[in-house]
Amino acid sequence: MKVLVPVKRVIDYNVKAKVKSDGSGVDLANVKMSMNPFDEIAVEEAIRLKEKGAAEEVIVVSVGVKQAAETIRTALAMGADRGILVVAADDVHQDIEPLAVAKILKAVIDQEQPGLVITGKQAIDNDMNATGQMLAALLGWGQATFASKLDIDGDAAKVTREVDGGLQTISVKMPAIVTADLRLNEPRYASLPNIMKAKKKPLDEKTAADFGVDVSPRLEIVSVKEPEGRSAGIKVGSVDELVSKLKEAGVV
Amino acid sequence: MAVLLLGEVTNGELNGDATGKAVAALKSLGDVTVLCAGASAKAAAGDAAKIDGVAKVLVAEDARYGHRLAEPTAALMVALAGDYDHIAAPATTDAKNVMPRVAALLDVMVIPDVSAVIDADTFERPVYAGNAIQTVKSKDARKVLTVRTTSFDAAGEGGGAPVEDATLADDPGLSSWIADEVAESDRPELTSAGRVVSGGRGIGSKENFEIVEKLADKLGAAVGASRAAVDSGYAPNDWQVGQTGKVVAPELYVAVGISGAIQHLAGMKDSKVIVAINKDEEAPIFQIADYGLVGDLFTLVPELTEKL
Ligand SMILES: Cc1cc2nc3c(=O)[nH]c(=O)nc-3n(C[C@H](O)[C@H](O)[C@H](O)COP(=O)(O)OP(=O)(O)OC[C@H]3O[C@@H](n4cnc5c(N)ncnc54)[C@H](O)[C@@H]3O)c2cc1C
Ligand SMILES: Nc1ncnc2c1ncn2[C@@H]1O[C@H](COP(=O)(O)O)[C@@H](O)[C@H]1O
Repeated sequence: MKVLVPVKRVIDYNVKAKVKSDGSGVDLANVKMSMNPFDEIAVEEAIRLKEKGAAEEVIVVSVGVKQAAETIRTALAMGADRGILVVAADDVHQDIEPLAVAKILKAVIDQEQPGLVITGKQAIDNDMNATGQMLAALLGWGQATFASKLDIDGDAAKVTREVDGGLQTISVKMPAIVTADLRLNEPRYASLPNIMKAKKKPLDEKTAADFGVDVSPRLEIVSVKEPEGRSAGIKVGSVDELVSKLKEAGVV
Repeated sequence: MAVLLLGEVTNGELNGDATGKAVAALKSLGDVTVLCAGASAKAAAGDAAKIDGVAKVLVAEDARYGHRLAEPTAALMVALAGDYDHIAAPATTDAKNVMPRVAALLDVMVIPDVSAVIDADTFERPVYAGNAIQTVKSKDARKVLTVRTTSFDAAGEGGGAPVEDATLADDPGLSSWIADEVAESDRPELTSAGRVVSGGRGIGSKENFEIVEKLADKLGAAVGASRAAVDSGYAPNDWQVGQTGKVVAPELYVAVGISGAIQHLAGMKDSKVIVAINKDEEAPIFQIADYGLVGDLFTLVPELTEKL
């Protein structure tokens, strides 16, 4: 079985996003970019399936600007076998919407025929939490989102999901889409020798047009503003002072 | 203009708070029909009919909708979609599972976590862990969206909207339910609680979390946690507050032993009054706290619990 993992290049999770002064978006020029943290978890899970003998090949796919090749190389250095870069934008500020990404991924999947696709639960830039579910819909596959545990069980995947009420375990027929939550695993770091080896692994380059997918946005971004700020209050010197302040504020 | 809203139904019960806030958010867009789906859904439908602003309730009571699986619920919503311009749900994990699937089946984008409704096509939503607010205008003929309930007021009690049976859709039969692991608690529900006390890595162990729970119980508060506390096994996953956990906006939020990473702030910075207790006076949480108390949580929190 092949496992396919879509990976997105996003602002590094340690960087606080700054809104551009013209209100057109978030400033991404000269900002540290990394693989979306949930996608590292998805890549790790796919590699573990291969190490356990449940998968033969791990393919990573990224849709976006040319620089997303670096994100693919990171996944290859972790242990993925080959990468596919689909260039769909030339400005780093141009985000491809989940629906268009899902359409491109569907076209790739039609060619590659993986038995399982593991996406991240959510991209930490646009906070959509949508691509995996949309892809499952387009393929007519089952979905197991927000996974914190994944076991392959014959032709089905048994998945424990993190939900509002606690945990839910379901079985989904394969091929299926699983989306990775934070506690699915702890991703490995790529070792230096593996980083060197990754440079020689195959990386195909395609364009959105190769798949005939229109990536023009359905949601026009009218403006982007900063949230209402919140300023630091005061430091209190004791529990007694805290209690009296809370009483004054009417919250206890 | 008409709105189809997926009511939040869990084990036959309506989450009136989340569903009601979503109704309040959307009723300016047109008549709101609430869909209640579940293995048992009639009682939930009865409750939904009482929410102020609801024009009609549809019930889909059948075993196939029993465990909130995405595929059958999405198929049902797509079958009903023809009559509506807006298809929505409160932004719960169930809705985040189902609504993007609905949107893709209708070939439209989903608009997640709407925090303000500007007009029928235009919405605000937080991005980048809440560090930016986007205004987006949808070009799609039909809008599929989820509502960030903490941004809206609760709906009042209204009259009795008519309740009708929905025509069921075929179950694609792609997934099946195995088990739920749900912790029962007498405490208020985290996302709608008026007060929340959260603990972080500073608590140090699962046993020590009792310190946080005792303060919460004294305040009649819900208990939350940072990701680090959940990852370390001090607290269950459904307590996580943040960008990728639950979003809360209570009157009072007390952060104990939490440093204040942007991902945590994303889930609680709209709280009315924020208290932080941390031994590191440089902790970023103090930059947004109304009242900061610097010191050891193991002495300060029991003292606070005692004196309240
Ligand atoms: C993709 C992604 C998503 C994430 N999503 C979330 C999310 O939804 N929610 C979330 O919370 N985090 C999230 N995080 C994690 C986040 O970045 C931080 O790592 C996390 O919030 C830190 O938790 P913490 O504050 O409890 O731990 P730490 O940062 O380790 O802070 C512990 C604090 O406790 C204090 N302390 C220690 N001992 C004591 C004592 N005895 N008395 C008083 N104070 C003490 C310390 O001074 C310190 O400030 C996410 C991260 C990523 C990458
Ligand atoms: N441009 C992209 N290229 C590759 N994968 C993507 C892209 N956008 C989203 N994904 C995948 O879909 C997941 C969810 O993203 P989102 O729906 O945007 O929150 C991510 O964690 C990735 O696995």
